[in-house]
This record gives sequence, C-alpha cells and structure tokens, in this order.
Amino acid sequence: MALDRWIALVILMICLAYGYAAFFTMDAGLPPFMQRNPIWPSTFPKVLAVMAVLTSLVIVLGLEKGADDPKPTEINYRRLTEYKLGQAIALLAMMVAYALLLRPAGFLLSTSSFLIFGAVALGERKFLILVPVALFAAVFVWYLVQEVLGIFLRPWPFFMGTGG
Amino acid sequence: MLEGIMIGLGTAFSISNLLMVIGGCLIGTFIGMLPGLGPMSIIAIMIPVAISIGDPSAALILLAGVYYGAIFGGSTSSILINAPGVASTVATSFDGYPLTRQGKAGKALTVAAISSFTGGTIGAILLMIFAPALATVALLFHSAEYFALMVVGLSAIAAFAGTGQVAKAVLMTLLGLIMATVGEGALFNLPRFTMGIMDLQSGFGFITLAMAMFALPEALYLVLDPSRSRTGTSNEIKDLRITKAEAKAITPVIGRQSVQGFLIGVLPGAGATIASFLGYAVERNIAPKAEQDEFGKGSVKGLAAPEAANNAACTGSFVPLLTLGIPGSGTTAILLGALIALNVSPGPRLMLDEPQIFWAVIISMYIGNLILLILNLPLIPYIAKVLAVPRNYLIPFILFFTLMGAYIGQNNATELLILVGFGICATILRFADYPLAPLLIGFILGRMLEDNFARSMQLYDGIGFIVERPMTMGLLAIAVLLVVLPGYRARRARLRAKGIADAD
Repeated sequence: MALDRWIALVILMICLAYGYAAFFTMDAGLPPFMQRNPIWPSTFPKVLAVMAVLTSLVIVLGLEKGADDPKPTEINYRRLTEYKLGQAIALLAMMVAYALLLRPAGFLLSTSSFLIFGAVALGERKFLILVPVALFAAVFVWYLVQEVLGIFLRPWPFFMGTGG
Repeated sequence: MLEGIMIGLGTAFSISNLLMVIGGCLIGTFIGMLPGLGPMSIIAIMIPVAISIGDPSAALILLAGVYYGAIFGGSTSSILINAPGVASTVATSFDGYPLTRQGKAGKALTVAAISSFTGGTIGAILLMIFAPALATVALLFHSAEYFALMVVGLSAIAAFAGTGQVAKAVLMTLLGLIMATVGEGALFNLPRFTMGIMDLQSGFGFITLAMAMFALPEALYLVLDPSRSRTGTSNEIKDLRITKAEAKAITPVIGRQSVQGFLIGVLPGAGATIASFLGYAVERNIAPKAEQDEFGKGSVKGLAAPEAANNAACTGSFVPLLTLGIPGSGTTAILLGALIALNVSPGPRLMLDEPQIFWAVIISMYIGNLILLILNLPLIPYIAKVLAVPRNYLIPFILFFTLMGAYIGQNNATELLILVGFGICATILRFADYPLAPLLIGFILGRMLEDNFARSMQLYDGIGFIVERPMTMGLLAIAVLLVVLPGYRARRARLRAKGIADAD
C-alpha cells in the first residue's frame, strides 16, 4: 500500500475519533436552553466528520487514480535514506530542544547555540566566522524584537533575572 | 470612488507607508531570490513583524510589497541560475536561463522587470475597476450566500490546487476545517475538541500553522536534498538595455498576458502558477512559425509572457480577498489571516468601512511596481550576491525565523512544539503529494464558514435556507460540480482509453 493511502488511513482514524466525539460525547454537557437551537456546537463538526470519513475512504480504497510517476523535482520518499535524513532529524531535534530551552536558558544563549549547532550539523567547520555571525544575529534579532517591536523576550538564563 | 482614491493616495504616500512598500519589496526580492523559499513562506515569516506594526493598512502594504517582491526575486533566480525559487516563475526559466547562457542576462532581467511592471500595473488598474463593482454586488449577500460562496471557493481551490487528485485536496480542505473547530467557537463559548489541554483553548495559532505547512517543509526539503538549494554566483550582469525591435515584439505579448493573467488570478484556486504556464503556452501557440522555434531557446516573447501573466495574476488574486474576504490562493489566505489578526474583517464592507485600507493597498501596488522597476532593477547585480550565501548558514537561519515567527505570535513555547509536530506531519503529507494550501485555506475560512452557517441556520430555523434562497442553492450546486466534474471526466477519459485499447 502506498504512502498516500496509509496517510489517508491515519486521517480516517482521526476523523472517526473526531466524529465519535461530535456525535456521542459533545452534546452531553449542552445546557437545555441551547438544545432548542436549530444549530448546536456539534452540528458543523458532525457534517465535517461525515464528509471527511467519506473522502478518506475514497483514497484508502484507491477509488481515484492519480498521477503515478513522482515529479522529478519532488523528493521520492521511497528512497528517503539516500537523502540527508540524519541532518534533517538532527535539525528537528534541535528545534525541539530550542523550544524547551528558550524560556529557561534565555533568548541569547539558546538562539546563538541553535544557529551554531545547526550550521555544524550541516557540515560547517569555520568557527571563526560562524560564532561571531551567530552571536551577532542573536543580539540583533533580540534588539529588533524587544526594542523595535516591543515584545518581551528574556535575554539571559533564568538565574540572571529578567533582563530589565 | 474618486474620494476613495484620494484617501488611498493620502494614506499610501505617507512617509511611513512609502518606507513599508520599499522595505517590503526589498525584503521580498532578497528572500524570494533564495532557492526553495516561496512567497508563502516569506509572508508567513513576515507576518509577526507586520502584526506588531499595529496599523492594518501599513501591515497589508508591507505584506503586499513582500509578495510581489518575492515574485520578482523568484524570477531573478530563475533567469540567473535556473533555480526558480517560486513555482510561478518556473515558466520564466524556460527562456530566461537560455538568455543568460548566451550572455544576455542583463537584457533578460530588463525584459522580466518591464513585463512584471506592466503586468502588475495593468493588474492594479483592472483591480481598481473590478473590486468596487464586485464589492457592490457582494453587499447584497446574506450569511446564507456567504456560506455558499465560501463552499464554492473551497471546492474550487480543492479542484484546481491539487496535483490532479481531487480527493486528496478535498480531504486536506476538510482537515483544515476540522482543525478550525478546535478551541472556543465564537457563537457558543464552549471549548470544543481541546481534550482538556489548556494550550488548545484558543485553537491552533494560524501563524504556527502557516509556518508548519510551508516554511518548515521547504526548509526540510532543502536539508534533505542539497541539490535543491543550488546556490552559486552567476555570470556578470551587464548591459541592461533592450533594443527597439525587442520592445516592439514584447509589447502586444505583455498587453495580452496582463489581462489574461489578471482574469486567471481572480479565479479561486488558479493563481500565478497556472497563469504563467498558460501565458507561456498561449503565446507560443499564437506566435508565427519562425518565432515558435525560438521559444525555449531564449525568446524574449517567451520570457515576457509568463512574467507579465504571473504579476497580473498576483494582483488579480487580491480581488476576491478584498471584496469577498475569500482568499483564492495560499498566499492571499495568509494575508487574510494577517488581516483578521489585525482586527480587520475583510469582505464587501471593507471598501465602505475602511476605505483607507482598501484604496491604500491598491495605490501601494502601483508604487510597489514602480519601485521594483526603478530601484530593484539597478540593484539586481548587488542583490544577486545573496545567491552566494552558503547553505550551512541559510538553513539554520530559515529554521530560526520560522521558530521566531511562531513564538512572537503567541509568546508561548508550547507553540514551538506544535510547530515542529505539524511541520513533520506536513513534510510527510508533501512526500505523498497531498496539497497543503487547501488545508491552510480551510483552516482560515473554517471559523467564518461555521459562523455564517450557524447564522443562516438560526435565521431560517434549520437547514431550509438552502432551498429558500435560490442563489445559495445555485452556488452550492456549482460547488458540487467543481468537485465531482474533474473526477468524472478523468474516469471517462480512462474508460475511453481502455475501450480503445480493447478494440485494438
């Protein structure tokens, strides 16, 4: 079974769960006065759930034939391991780490290390250029966001105060 | 209308808004030139900046500037290194790159700039005529028609946006609509489908979703496949002049393609990519036999056609956005999201209630096109240096800006995890050829669609509004046809092909 049909199967599961919630559990807490309304909070989700289940079934069952050849410009997922999969996963892991560290470690530290490690993961080794560029970018963006746009970003780690 | 134009002139020509146009065009050109980054990603990244400006007209002017700057930048990289940064400039590289190989890069850039300038300007004039007319008609619409109109828009997008597989596009649209129901709805004040998670109470962030759907997968694609981010220095760009004969040859082409491109751009789901390919094909077919052979080998006509068409189509796609509040493409959907975030409700009332926004955006399009011609064209040799930025620096920065965009919008670190999660899902969806624009458009229109649906249900005390209002019924019928017809026709074509094969 091709990837697109697997995906459709996953979406079908999601839609079934969504539909179950819409049809059976959502209306339980509805106040009596709202039950006299022609439209309930669950009405629209019910319609969507039914339509989405039907559409994903069309794909799962392969009722619609599509273009078989992958486009030359697109990535062929069947040969995914031939691409730089490791780098992509490393960068994604770094993004997660960035999300978790942004508050506790402060903006400047987490951003400059994200930029440095990101470039290193891609194969950059000229640290004499990389580190100053990353530091400059972190400070510059912090200044832009904090001072120009007026959105608070804590620059330093949590134990060093809020940075004004 | 004249009064409106005056207000628009006043707003657009204020110093700060002029700076917005210039800045937007430059940023757009700059980033649009980077291979692999399309206008959608760029605008998604720019939205937090635009929103924090606070003034809706300035924000929209900035984003619109970024939009056509990006298209312009995309055509530059198509011409110089045959690496279209944007799908709508692929057709530009057919004839633009051969010209560069012949050492006529400067001439190619000039032809492209003049064509896009003219296309954009003619588009803006047509927009000025079309948009108020359409808005006047749209004022007669009730919530029932609005609901139906949005359904038509969504099905048109599903029918045209996909890669020929309508079911996939429809499923993506529905998924977008489903995601829009998460959180508290405006009509009921009841949290829905939040699974008790506090962070989902206000629904998914639209900027987060836009980043996850476009910017992140594009960046991951660049990582996975280094040949996509082909950067490199181009040959020297010199001699920007074109001859009189060439100018004479491209004038009718530009005229035709501007109008055709605009009309295609107005249709929901079509947009700049289709306009540019169609423009190229049409011009090749109607050209004299001798010139037809030139196409693909460096014909100025073949370069002018897609450039004029895609710029006119970009302008055209603003018509449904500004008059109906219904985006026809992924890019205008992101602009719509930005407008909603700025507390502006786009729709037919926009022209009456906030004429300064409506007209300032249109006027700023003239200015933007002018700036692209007189400011960017001479600067191109210098801006093109950005093509030499090494990939090792480029990718971490793109990822950082997507993270920053999502974070600034919500000021919430959980949003970043949602961004990464959806980004991975979006990349997998892209592997399997699922179109992502319908999902985002469905997500953005979801709330409005449900509100209008609920309002008409309440007014007519049930589903009866569909039968009682003939226009609603007609529109819904069109929507069904749009979705069913392509599948039916493909099936018939297949059956016929089979029949012929059997007969043999």
